Amino acid sequence: MLHPDKHGYYGEFGGAFIPEMLHPNVEELRNNYLKISRSSSFKKQFSQLLKNYVGRPTPLYYAKRLSKQYNTNIYLKREDLCHTGAHKINNTIGQVLVAQQLGKKRIIAETGAGQHGVATATVCALMGLECIVYMGEKDIERQAPNVARMQMLGATVIPATSGSKTLKDATNEAIRDWINHPDDTHYIIGSVVGPHPYPDMVARFQSVISKEIKKQLKLATGKELPTHVIACVGGGSNAAGAFYHFIKEKKVQLIAVEAAGCGLDSGRSAATTQLGTPGVLHGSKSFVMQTKDGQVTEPHSISAGLDYPGIGPLHAHLYKSGRAVFMSATDEEALSAAFELSKLEGIIPALESAHALFALHKMAFKKNDVVVLCLSGRGDKDLATYIKSI
Amino acid sequence: MIMNRLDILFAQKFNNILNIYCTAGFPKLYSTTAIMLALQQHGADIIELGIPYSDPVADGPVIQQSNMQALENGMTIELLFTQLASVKEQLHIPLILMGYINPVLQYGMENFCKAAAGSGVSGIILPDLPMYEFDKKYKGVFKKYGLHAIFLISPVTSSERIKKADELSGGFVYAVSSSSTTGSVNSRENIGGYLKRIQNMKLKNPLLIGFGIKDKESFDEAASYGAGAIIGTAFIQHIAAAVDINHATAQFISAIHGN
Ligand SMILES: Cc1ncc(COP(=O)(O)O)c(C=O)c1O
Repeated sequence: MLHPDKHGYYGEFGGAFIPEMLHPNVEELRNNYLKISRSSSFKKQFSQLLKNYVGRPTPLYYAKRLSKQYNTNIYLKREDLCHTGAHKINNTIGQVLVAQQLGKKRIIAETGAGQHGVATATVCALMGLECIVYMGEKDIERQAPNVARMQMLGATVIPATSGSKTLKDATNEAIRDWINHPDDTHYIIGSVVGPHPYPDMVARFQSVISKEIKKQLKLATGKELPTHVIACVGGGSNAAGAFYHFIKEKKVQLIAVEAAGCGLDSGRSAATTQLGTPGVLHGSKSFVMQTKDGQVTEPHSISAGLDYPGIGPLHAHLYKSGRAVFMSATDEEALSAAFELSKLEGIIPALESAHALFALHKMAFKKNDVVVLCLSGRGDKDLATYIKSI
Repeated sequence: MIMNRLDILFAQKFNNILNIYCTAGFPKLYSTTAIMLALQQHGADIIELGIPYSDPVADGPVIQQSNMQALENGMTIELLFTQLASVKEQLHIPLILMGYINPVLQYGMENFCKAAAGSGVSGIILPDLPMYEFDKKYKGVFKKYGLHAIFLISPVTSSERIKKADELSGGFVYAVSSSSTTGSVNSRENIGGYLKRIQNMKLKNPLLIGFGIKDKESFDEAASYGAGAIIGTAFIQHIAAAVDINHATAQFISAIHGN
């Protein structure tokens, strides 16, 4: 199932569990997102900005030494080469254009690693819109360069000081801000989470990733379809984008990699499908890491972008239906994969993407397999963490 | 079937109904029953108990903090029902529960409604349960256990949805006085216009007005547009550090009543 039904459900997951105060804003978006994003003027602006501003298409790079290491064919989809350093900007460009069409003047966002915050601050600077980014206090500390970037781009960064002081709490604060600003504000959610229509809207904007993969793979190999697509999953937007055009192609194996943190049994993890149960978080029904009483638990991952106790409803459905395989990589494993890619290919990946890279260790590929791995971001923002391991 | 206490109340009293909200398990794990009895003794008309939740997105800082405190204290739905059972015989005024959907879903909606009805609860407010989901999945269960669902409307709610909220609600409709999280008021200017518009819609349910009400003046103003008003944040602040809960509650209510 690629798209949700009209109430936002992918099978049993999704929906729009929002306080009534948010209903008009969410309803306005629901009634307009498809109409706007299908209009020819939107399509033209969106594709031109993706090309000339973001730098798309991003290369599909045949990683020769990495392929040799795993005795197969590995292609890296280079989202790390997008302007601002991650796939997140595909979505923020799309949403800011929608927000403009809806006449919004003020943009809010949540951010974990700061990549979505930077991508939002960037498009707001580009369009001359006010930008407020909520970020967990803990993430502000561990992603300091991105905080400085957002500020330089003119955004106001507001620390979220409640709960675990990470992405979940930043999202709560953004939702509260939206409740308090019902008229002039658009909330740019950074992943395929949130109430309907966000998961679908964000997946559509990110779907450019797999659209390009198909074309590029055909040029490189003569075939459009890989045997495997691998991506990391925080909320799941880069994975949704990388999987999108392959979801209906049952022969393509989809592999989602979650953050196991200190290990699945350690009590300090963020592997939502492995440790979570069905529940409602941030407006949709999905898998949620929670106590038996339904209190959302504090996740842990070395990577701020994967440090989230939920997962988008599309992925909950892909997991439950067995369409995608879910794996996890620990903090240590992700670190080792980051160093391996740096040394073998001269590419320093984001810590999030390093989780996807570790899946290469866990899989047994055949020599003729064609594996596409979504390298969702670059590692500049994670240098402080990497330096500790050198 | 026994009549729902909310219906009895609204059949007898038409204005200045005082509904006081408190987070269950706050300030201490076992404060709640004492607070309930004090509220009843000193003249509150309805008690609204909040079920604490880790991510209360519709709440401002004060109620958020009370939720965190209550969870740290160890409050759960299970324990709350045990506590409610212990005061059931002494409580005569209507009791409503307010909570976010996730803990309730984990408890199980049917189990929840059954236990609530058995504990003397008359109505339930689940602010992040949309009307569509309630209508489709849970209306029958509420009815089976004689519970009213109470929906919120705000200044940005369309007339069509106000009618829908009225149709699905029982007891009363909860009119949020401004577009905000609990405890704050964004602008007082248009409240009158919005509440008058609702008054003119002639809803089947009475209206209680809430959010940002903190003293006699704001209570009187809000209550003048409906059957009464709801106070949460100000009460939580008042009892947060109280040594004598009964005395603090008496003091708070008499200030609202202007005695
Ligand atoms: C580089 C990178 N990859 C992945 C993610 C995780 O998000 P998602 O699962 O939505 O792709 C983030 C989030 O901050 C990120 O910065």
